[in-house]
Amino acid sequence: MAITTEPAAPTTDPPQQPPAPATPAAPAKESPAAPAKESPDAPANAAAKDGWQLNSPLVLTMVLLLVVLAQGPIRQALSAPVMQSWMTVFVAVVVQALPFLVLGVLLSAAIAVFVPPTFFARALPNNPVLAVPVAGMAGAILPGCECASVPVAGALVRRGVTPAAAIAFLLSAPAINPIVLTATAVAFPRNPEMVLARFAGSLLVACAMGWLWQRIGRTDWLRLPAHEPHEGETKGAAFWGSVRHDVMQAGGFLVLGAMSAATLKAVAPASWLRTAADNPVVAILALSILAVLLSICSEADAFVAASLTQFSLTAKLAFLVVGPMIDLKLFAMQAGTFGRGFALRFAPATFVLAIAGAVVTGAVLL
Amino acid sequence: MNRQAQAAVLFLVGAALLHAGFTNLYLRYVKAGLQPLLLLSGAVLIVAALATAWYEWRRARMEKAHAEAHAEAHAEAHTETETHEDAAHEGHVHREPRIAWLLVLPLFALILVAPPALGSYSAVRTGTAIQQPYGLSKLPASNPLTIGLVDYATRAVYDHGRSLGTRQLKVTGFIALDKSGSPYLVRMALNCCAADAQPVKIALTGKIPPVLQPDTWLEVTGTYSAKQTKDPINNRPIPYFQVTLAKPVPTPKDPYDESWNQ
Repeated sequence: MAITTEPAAPTTDPPQQPPAPATPAAPAKESPAAPAKESPDAPANAAAKDGWQLNSPLVLTMVLLLVVLAQGPIRQALSAPVMQSWMTVFVAVVVQALPFLVLGVLLSAAIAVFVPPTFFARALPNNPVLAVPVAGMAGAILPGCECASVPVAGALVRRGVTPAAAIAFLLSAPAINPIVLTATAVAFPRNPEMVLARFAGSLLVACAMGWLWQRIGRTDWLRLPAHEPHEGETKGAAFWGSVRHDVMQAGGFLVLGAMSAATLKAVAPASWLRTAADNPVVAILALSILAVLLSICSEADAFVAASLTQFSLTAKLAFLVVGPMIDLKLFAMQAGTFGRGFALRFAPATFVLAIAGAVVTGAVLL
Repeated sequence: MNRQAQAAVLFLVGAALLHAGFTNLYLRYVKAGLQPLLLLSGAVLIVAALATAWYEWRRARMEKAHAEAHAEAHAEAHTETETHEDAAHEGHVHREPRIAWLLVLPLFALILVAPPALGSYSAVRTGTAIQQPYGLSKLPASNPLTIGLVDYATRAVYDHGRSLGTRQLKVTGFIALDKSGSPYLVRMALNCCAADAQPVKIALTGKIPPVLQPDTWLEVTGTYSAKQTKDPINNRPIPYFQVTLAKPVPTPKDPYDESWNQ
């Protein structure tokens, strides 16, 4: 409708955005990439805003209008099979993850607004060393995949839960909830011990990471966005404000992660996996890296692991333990929720500990 | 991105999810079982957008009234009102997430481009994902029998076609050609979303149409063939299918095989 009622738009827009018809994707891509880089120095940006009355609704309208007008060339550019397959995987990861993200965001907003901080103080043991395994076990009650656990863990920390316990929850929830364990049992009908190994391995690594944070973690690595309800704000306003903020932020990072996962899936050849399967050590490492790069939802990863038939069970277990704890999508979302300084330290440590945990569990159980 | 723009993006993303969920568009990307969750989250996003717009409007009105009262009280101190308004405009000092701009990308992808379900490009790059079944169900007695491609491949490889015999079979899938040009009929099997979709392939022999275009959907009629080949990518077995008749069909409602989810 907007196109037909505004015939003036195509003639007025080009002077402001000269390269628009030639490279239609450019304006849409530039706008998110550029601000993302300069996010820490917000004042400079605010100053620029004073001079230019280019506010975000206007930019958004212009971007939408341009893309709608240029949809023919855009479709043409995206008709190559690689691009189509990229787009399909990209859209699939986002569409698949959004419902779980929304679920997690609603839960986290409810925690932030309706659950008093004293509740967690009473529910968790005072001793943080004990609080870690309790929080890790509590992960079993959050149904869904890893996208839901990031905002919830953020809300827990903001609600005064010790970060060590929140980390244990963050890592265990996507791997040990009943839905994921059921899917694992279905995917490995001949190896029921895989379910137990996944449960034990994931819980072990989650607790180990919690205790590790307890020993060497520093709160200044965490940069949680301020979220406290403003004075005079009703509970409804605080709740929906939190939902809006978390969906926009975590959703943006989800898109970033989905783009990298789609790139890998569309570009990397599957045949290199065959050579990796021959050496048992390389096999474990290869599947761990694959889990990080593929960023598959934890409810589905067991089926993918089961299809990697040429690999050992321990290598598959590493895939199942690493994947829900750290992958490209999760890294992006953790960086958004807890700050980049945290994510950069947390991700490698999780990766190494998850592999170690999987190998130890595999040696004992498989 | 300020809050009005965020409300707009939330609304559009929610509407896109509802659109995909109500049409069969979502089946190109995720499993059928995700539909209720998809619709629910779309509705929640729209409510969040409306709530944001409503609170934003109310806040702006209250702030205006506040500022007017302020200005009347101290007419000379208008610098203070200005900074106050400025802070309000920037969303109370703490910045709004800029990464949120990325959310417009899936929006465009879903609404404007709506990429097709994974096809021959992914199929020839990935090894066949045939899995050993734990128990085969009894087939209905009809002849010709319409059978899922994954079901056929599984029975042909792991049951050596015993349950298929010499019956006329109808199998639907899309065409993929390997490097040497030999045709396969493929169905992508899916567990959760297209990111984990894997192809199951059967090789075609017999009366194959002379010109085959990759990604066209065919319903082939024919019989079980005991011949097998190996997928060069992962060395897993690919059974053959003896074709007597091949007819082009439109893309099925759900392009993926979801029998593994049951």
